[in-house]
Amino acid sequence: MSAEQPLIRIADDAAALACGADTLARAFEQAGAHVERVSSWGLHWLEPLVERDGIGYAKAAPADIPAILDGSAPSIGRIEEHPFLARQQRLTFARAGKTRPLSLDDYAAAGGWEGLTKARAMRPEAVIDQMKLSGLRGRGGAGFPAGIKWDTVRLAKADRKYIVCNADEGDSGTFADRMVMEGDPYMLIEGMAIAGHAVGASKGYVYIRSEYPHAIAKMRAAAERCAAIIAPFEIEIRAGAGAYVCGEETSLLNSLEGRRGEVRAKPPLPALKGLFGKPTVINNVLTLAAVPWIIAHGGEAYAAYGMGRSHGTMPIQLAGNVKHGGLFEVAFGITLGELVNEIGGGTASGRPVRAVQVGGPLGAYIPVEQFDMAFDYESFAHADALIGHAGITVFDDRVDMAQMARFALEFCAEESCGKCTPCRLGSTRGVEVMDEILAGRDVETNMLLIEDLSDTMKYGSLCALGGFTPYPVMSAIRHFRGDFDSRSVSGEKAMEVAE
Amino acid sequence: MKPVLGEYIAQSAAQHRREDEPARGALLPILHDIQAEYGHVSEEAVREIAVLLNLTRAEIHGVVSFYHDFRKQPEERPVLRLCRAEACKARGVEHLVNAAMTVAAGKVSIETVYCLGLCSIGPSAMVGDSVHARLDAERLAALIGAMA
Repeated sequence: MSAEQPLIRIADDAAALACGADTLARAFEQAGAHVERVSSWGLHWLEPLVERDGIGYAKAAPADIPAILDGSAPSIGRIEEHPFLARQQRLTFARAGKTRPLSLDDYAAAGGWEGLTKARAMRPEAVIDQMKLSGLRGRGGAGFPAGIKWDTVRLAKADRKYIVCNADEGDSGTFADRMVMEGDPYMLIEGMAIAGHAVGASKGYVYIRSEYPHAIAKMRAAAERCAAIIAPFEIEIRAGAGAYVCGEETSLLNSLEGRRGEVRAKPPLPALKGLFGKPTVINNVLTLAAVPWIIAHGGEAYAAYGMGRSHGTMPIQLAGNVKHGGLFEVAFGITLGELVNEIGGGTASGRPVRAVQVGGPLGAYIPVEQFDMAFDYESFAHADALIGHAGITVFDDRVDMAQMARFALEFCAEESCGKCTPCRLGSTRGVEVMDEILAGRDVETNMLLIEDLSDTMKYGSLCALGGFTPYPVMSAIRHFRGDFDSRSVSGEKAMEVAE
Repeated sequence: MKPVLGEYIAQSAAQHRREDEPARGALLPILHDIQAEYGHVSEEAVREIAVLLNLTRAEIHGVVSFYHDFRKQPEERPVLRLCRAEACKARGVEHLVNAAMTVAAGKVSIETVYCLGLCSIGPSAMVGDSVHARLDAERLAALIGAMA
């Protein structure tokens, strides 16, 4: 690159690509610029976002190139000082927007491998002590303390142990795993290698959903390039095959073993009998991605973030009908209202917010009246809701909550693995009953049936798919009862119907 | 020309089998290879895999039929996968479905996918590995029109 050649930085993750980043990058090159493809800042509503000398140009199109190159184009100012970023506490996403995802030089220059180097100089027990001190809880949704899970695997006696990364990010409203894998793949690999050292495992698998071809490609390339650095630890990247339920840890293990992705009954826990019957650490992408920072900076430094028993930061994903959608990493304790209204800027449509769904298809719908709720595990549990994978999907006042309740059941019926009866039959029966309600037939009786059915699914299902589907259904009923009852008059919801 | 099925599967199995792990661990990668190469997993392929991995055909069939990605019959038409999960619903994807079907007119297969991880910029769709966001009726129609 010559001295006069302007340096342009454009993200190359799936979100940027879907907004036309590749075409834009090629056009910049044709215009004589040197283009670096970097990770995404997570300011999705501004994509494709062009960076030149730290200054951002939002939603750029090839026609804007001359003005960006001669400096006359309207800019959003310094990207790093953008209010959406300035309010964040980025630990896991510290490198987002700044490094080229597959560049080993960029990674090492930005603190990469510090955690692994430090961990390898420590005894496994000492690594696990730091993990326990950090208070890190599983970011996949269950919130189980990672250090305790790791210790169980460490203490298990076996000739072989595994680290499995659950990258089957199927929940609508979530994309943080995808951003880690497409933007900072070495961080995830480093976290897995540290886990391997801590529990005595020499092999790791990353199971990525097939709907993420870009993440799969990046992770494969990254695993190949850093093989010598993480050796003797080995990593293999595996693609899922379009089954949502494989995000459940035991069905994921079955899938890796070449079986139907059916849920296993627990016990035995995967920590004792996991992949191929061997002791296995199975953690979500965000859990393992938090590890390098924790080991590099110490467990206490991580635990200093957050509130109560929810330590550290959470990469929150603002999605759906939200004005400023993207990735917002912050310590636990921020309120839902701040997230949706102040940071998210309300709806993209400009209409009033009516509800948000937190935690994906199995998460509860929360009405605006509860927006003072703090974002942490305990407050959500107290309100009969879940943080899950921390996706927040925003809906405006046109949403038909009875239709959304029906969809939750329909989705469960579509994705149920079929192993347990409450989920397999309950979901299909639930759709039938909801159809009766939507048609305005026998609403009172059918509402009782739905509530009873939800109860059976919640307490009788083997895993979270059947067990948590009642959350969206029952929360929709609890907070938006009018959407269900109004059917009895007209057969349609009084307001404009979403479908 | 497609490679000879038996040879192709043997090659795929050799690549994915791990000495120190049960053979069936290679099953999903093998099925992905076959699906990508031939567009579907045929009865003949199931038989070949069963022999190679020392599993019954019923077991392989059980796995093939469990996962959405594996087809028993090839799809001859180009496929557009439209996300109709919650976040895209919140951004109005349901309003686009009927018109998309009309434009597709049976020449393009419009399939539903639940989430492409583009939840802040939906409605979204995927054609092959290429992703498209911020779809409205016109952009979706143009996308489908270019495929037909």
